Amino acid sequence: MSSSTQESATRNKETELANELASTQRRSRGLWSDMFRQLVHDPLVVISAFFLLLLIVIALFPGFFAPLPYDLTSFQDKLASPGSMATSDKLAGHRYLLGADRLGRDMLSRLIYGTRVSMAVAFIGAGVSFLIGVTYGLISGYARPSVDNLMMRIVDVVYGYPTLILIILLQVFLTAASQQDPSQISGLQQIIIGLDNSTGGLFFVFVAIGAVSWLNMARLTRGQVMHYRQQEFVQAAEAIGAPRKRILRRHLLPNVLGPLIVAETLAIPTYIYTEAFLSFIGLGVQPPVPSWGGMISDAYGALRSAPHLIFFPALALSLTMLAFNFLGDAIRDAMDPRMKGR
Amino acid sequence: MIAVIIRRLIWSIPVFLLVTGITFITMHALPGGPFDTAKTPPALVDQMEAVYGLDRPLIEQYVTWLANMTRLHFGPSLAYRGQSVESFLLPALGISMQLGAFAMLFALMIGLPAGIVAALKHGHWQDRSATFVAILGVSIPPLVLGPLLYWLFALKLDWLPVAKWASLSDGLWPYLSHAILPAITLGAGISAIIARLTRASLLQVLYEDYMRTARSKGLSERVVTVRHGLRNALIPVVTYMGPLAAAILTGSLVVEQIFAIPGMGRFFVTSISSRDYPMVMAVVVIYSVIIVLVNLFVDIMYVFIDPRIGHAQ
Repeated sequence: MSSSTQESATRNKETELANELASTQRRSRGLWSDMFRQLVHDPLVVISAFFLLLLIVIALFPGFFAPLPYDLTSFQDKLASPGSMATSDKLAGHRYLLGADRLGRDMLSRLIYGTRVSMAVAFIGAGVSFLIGVTYGLISGYARPSVDNLMMRIVDVVYGYPTLILIILLQVFLTAASQQDPSQISGLQQIIIGLDNSTGGLFFVFVAIGAVSWLNMARLTRGQVMHYRQQEFVQAAEAIGAPRKRILRRHLLPNVLGPLIVAETLAIPTYIYTEAFLSFIGLGVQPPVPSWGGMISDAYGALRSAPHLIFFPALALSLTMLAFNFLGDAIRDAMDPRMKGR
Repeated sequence: MIAVIIRRLIWSIPVFLLVTGITFITMHALPGGPFDTAKTPPALVDQMEAVYGLDRPLIEQYVTWLANMTRLHFGPSLAYRGQSVESFLLPALGISMQLGAFAMLFALMIGLPAGIVAALKHGHWQDRSATFVAILGVSIPPLVLGPLLYWLFALKLDWLPVAKWASLSDGLWPYLSHAILPAITLGAGISAIIARLTRASLLQVLYEDYMRTARSKGLSERVVTVRHGLRNALIPVVTYMGPLAAAILTGSLVVEQIFAIPGMGRFFVTSISSRDYPMVMAVVVIYSVIIVLVNLFVDIMYVFIDPRIGHAQ
């Protein structure tokens, strides 16, 4: 046991050295194509990727997939069980594949429209946190210690601030403002309120997720930069007089990018969950716009009489988070040279 | 060591002032006050605000609040008239802390062993199944797990009480039986995170040079794994306790709502919409103090696990 571990340890050290050598001698193109090849051979990764692609397509064209509008109520059919036929005349011939909620709205259609919210949160959250967090972390990690210290203390303060309080404050402030006399509202407020209304409350969710998601990325990026800036290739670039911008972009960014992509992929499920969580406690997407979290909240009230209602939104939420987690994990394993040939 | 703790505590003072100051200002900048209802005449509102000192300059109010805070007086609640904030916030906080502690205990009890076994059996079926279950664990949030457990164990099987919370004075079983489902709901995802972290960092440590040295000294495999491997592998896990504590704090909000537990979570939302300024401030203070204390605890644990850190400073 111990000799075989030693052997594999030496082998690992060797492959690591070889990889390091290879990446300093040429652009590490080989690593990326290797990674891709490894990912395609993992059935779980392929299934997850296809599932997410399907969700994106559904989110882009919900009207094409949904049998009914998401807010069409039919009181005769309230709490209809999955697979039952509609009883009202106007919906004659319609079958509730996943049942109907307590207002008689088609669950399948609401689930499909709910995809929009989750996917928007996933990609906008990832984009915002990546853009702000990575830029901030790069600057902080490469700046003078005094600047770095100040930048990190700012992160500490925002980190110490209760996210939930921030969101509620924003929400209360803007709803209170929207009830005021329109002539007293400033232009910016009007734009924000308009934006929020047109997205069914989604704008606040974006603000909330954006306000906190970049912190972790900034910390991670800074840590990575601190690790690499002492290394020979950075010192060499500094020695030949490369400008800071070039060192950051050409030398540091490509090296730190790998772990950041993995971290971001694994952070996406938490964004999706944050939205569901906010909608569950009534601070997220406003009804009647459907979101999976809001649907779980609705169904929870009827758990005794109609337990099937909670099943599908819960399943959708978990499967989506699962797909992102599988993908992130697989990318991490594929990037880690230690995992090669296991 | 003590110097480090003191420096950290001093650093947390400006952070604390900033956090509470920002909340104080934004809270009072919100349109509408605690006594505004359609029926109350404006003169009465003015009078009420004068009684609670809300007509004073904002700075004066803040300083008064700070002075009271140092004596642990959070002031009278504006929503629950005639009661001080601490009189009903502290019992609620106690319940939330118990729930959090149970959840953390559950998470550590499941997560640490699972992570260690997975790393030691790297590539074997134990590792694969543990990794798979851990991914499932982080993908099934309290929002999904809570209703599921509630429906299965409380409604369908009727093994455990449906909701609410019991105190220890009601007897051991009532106390535990009320805590089991919420604690599992809150702790499951965290145990998965701990398992993954432990596995990853132990795997990294297992191939270090000092592990080989320890083996070549003739130490038993057990001593090598525990003293040399595990001790170093736990550093990233301990670091993550800060964010995990924050996750438990916000996570308990959903869990408390699902299981109707009279914890602190509900005050988060209601206090702001009812403009209960002292209550909002108390909630913010409690939240940030917990985060500061957990991070301090993490720093202290660091020194115990990795003596190099203590010597460097």
